[in-house]
Amino acid sequence: MPDDSKSLRVSEIVKDVTRSFDSTVATTWYSNILEFLSGSRSFYVLLILSGILIFTSAMSGVYAMNMGYRHAYGVTREISWGILISTYIFFVVTSTGLCIVSSIGHVFGVRDFMPIAKRTVFLAIVTILAGFTVIFFDVENPLRMAVYNAISPNLTSNIWWMGTLYGAYMVFMIVEFILLLLGSHKYAMYSGLLGLLSGIAAHSNLGAIFGMLHGREYWYGPYMPIYFIASAMASGCAAIIFFTYLGYKVNNEMMDKPMERSLEAVARLCTLMVAVIIFFTAWKIITGLVAAPGKVEAIKAMLSGPYSLNFWVFEVLAGMVAPFFLLLRSRGKNINMMFIASALMITGIFIMRYDLVVVGQIVPSHHELGVIDSPSLLPYSPSLYEIMIVLGGMGIVAVSFLIGERIFKGHKSEVH
Amino acid sequence: MKFPKLDTENLKKENSAQVPMIERREFLRMGLIITGVFAGGTILSAVPHMNKVFASSRETAGKYPYKPHYSMVIRQDRCIDCERCLEACIITNDVPDYGYRTAILQREVPDAVGQKREFIPVLCNQCNNPPCVRACPVKATYKDKQTGIVMMDYTKCIGCKVCVMACPYNARYFNEERHSIDKCNFCFDTRLSKGESLTACAAACPAGVRVFGDLSDPGSNVYGLVHQIEKPVWVLRPEVGAKPNVFYMKG
Repeated sequence: MPDDSKSLRVSEIVKDVTRSFDSTVATTWYSNILEFLSGSRSFYVLLILSGILIFTSAMSGVYAMNMGYRHAYGVTREISWGILISTYIFFVVTSTGLCIVSSIGHVFGVRDFMPIAKRTVFLAIVTILAGFTVIFFDVENPLRMAVYNAISPNLTSNIWWMGTLYGAYMVFMIVEFILLLLGSHKYAMYSGLLGLLSGIAAHSNLGAIFGMLHGREYWYGPYMPIYFIASAMASGCAAIIFFTYLGYKVNNEMMDKPMERSLEAVARLCTLMVAVIIFFTAWKIITGLVAAPGKVEAIKAMLSGPYSLNFWVFEVLAGMVAPFFLLLRSRGKNINMMFIASALMITGIFIMRYDLVVVGQIVPSHHELGVIDSPSLLPYSPSLYEIMIVLGGMGIVAVSFLIGERIFKGHKSEVH
Repeated sequence: MKFPKLDTENLKKENSAQVPMIERREFLRMGLIITGVFAGGTILSAVPHMNKVFASSRETAGKYPYKPHYSMVIRQDRCIDCERCLEACIITNDVPDYGYRTAILQREVPDAVGQKREFIPVLCNQCNNPPCVRACPVKATYKDKQTGIVMMDYTKCIGCKVCVMACPYNARYFNEERHSIDKCNFCFDTRLSKGESLTACAAACPAGVRVFGDLSDPGSNVYGLVHQIEKPVWVLRPEVGAKPNVFYMKG
């Protein structure tokens, strides 16, 4: 339509938004809250448990902050990035993936992907917030970050781009979600497109943080940004299957035909993306075995060293092989099997991120000098505080998911 | 019988001008090795280091954009691990016990003849192409425009530790008291800016291991050591391409 661009004027959007707000949202939200209060007992038990988890995690986080992260966390001078960074990556990978997969429907107009859109966008916002919360407790001076990111930007820094673009991404996703709620699908599409672009740019910059560290051969190269985007889609698909399944359980409802078809499409995409991850991982290992000595050491630590359990059981079996066959066997129809596959994948991917971050640091920087008095592989294990903060991030996702299912009534959306 | 007629006018000359450069180098190298054997191995020992000499110091020779271009040459074989440099650094720069700006690494070669252990002092290499400066999101660490020292702005550091990850030389740590990453700055704030000419570690070394000076000044000690070709000069991890301003040599 040639008039589309003209109709994008701000005044019209505002009018449109306020009109729909007056008529629907205020009243339905009120009734939603009433309905929310009349939920089932198990729902409240879950909600309260997650709430307690968030509370204890927040206490741990504040306590760790007071004590000093050097004392509270397991990170060291040599291994400065631990489970909090990997969990941050896990959450934002999932968020970006959710955004990418949902955009297939409401940005690019593939009908089969439309029914999952609302829940997916909601979860994308929730997971990025969880990610930001976790990294808040990792960065030593988070308040300075907000100030100097704005007044002293370093445009060659991937962290600067990632932080700034993810900030923009979150705003676009929130605006998109509000517009979806209000039924302004046209504007939601534009916001979704902006969210998608900033999300992909932000996420590939996250990969490039690692890929552009030229002193770290384990990560260096264009592999990281590309791999991050590919694995984000796998994460996103898994999260959609996982949370849609749970959403219908929480609401105690049966899926309708369009939703079933939608999940079938997601499952197919998921199978493809798992295959892509298998491909990426295989070549990472094979090329890594004929690399600089430091990288070979790290790869060996994964194949047969202290990280072999993580690699073979969690990454390969739970994260790739088992879900691949379960998804194939389910043929996108056996929803229980798909759910198990997605749960395995999420676990596997969590460990995948952990290994990606930690194994890149275990080989000492002066490895080639043959220095004594330093172990050939540096140790790291997360402290209780770090684990609590990670659980807190998961608690945030759980609570927001549960409340979201109630308030937004299972994120139903008419196919348009 | 008929012989082909030779065009003697236009025959290519087959003198030494036709030998490619690489062949010449190979020949020269072979000659050096053979002479080295007869010269009691002294030259031989330098031959395997020839590439290193040119790879490190030649690469940066004559390209010193800073004035003064501070640099340190570490005469590695002189270090006896007395650790006076470490002590001086800690006192001068208020370095806490959980961190360090400079350290002495130990390397052991069990099958070596004679001396089996050597000490390698390490510190921030004040790179010309510093990976940490590129990675910092808020310009809290930067290359000083005048001296080329990689400095920290303690008030800007957000503590994301990406510079720690980016550094190929493990030269950075988080200082709790300063709420910031801390690193060697060649004692700029504590000594150089107050008129001293040496860093605390260089001044404290009893064996003359750490030679400190201005690499852009042809009269300085560091210039002389980096620009000679009799003894090998190298840098740590040259493959990273960070172009360090801390050089290593023996003798």
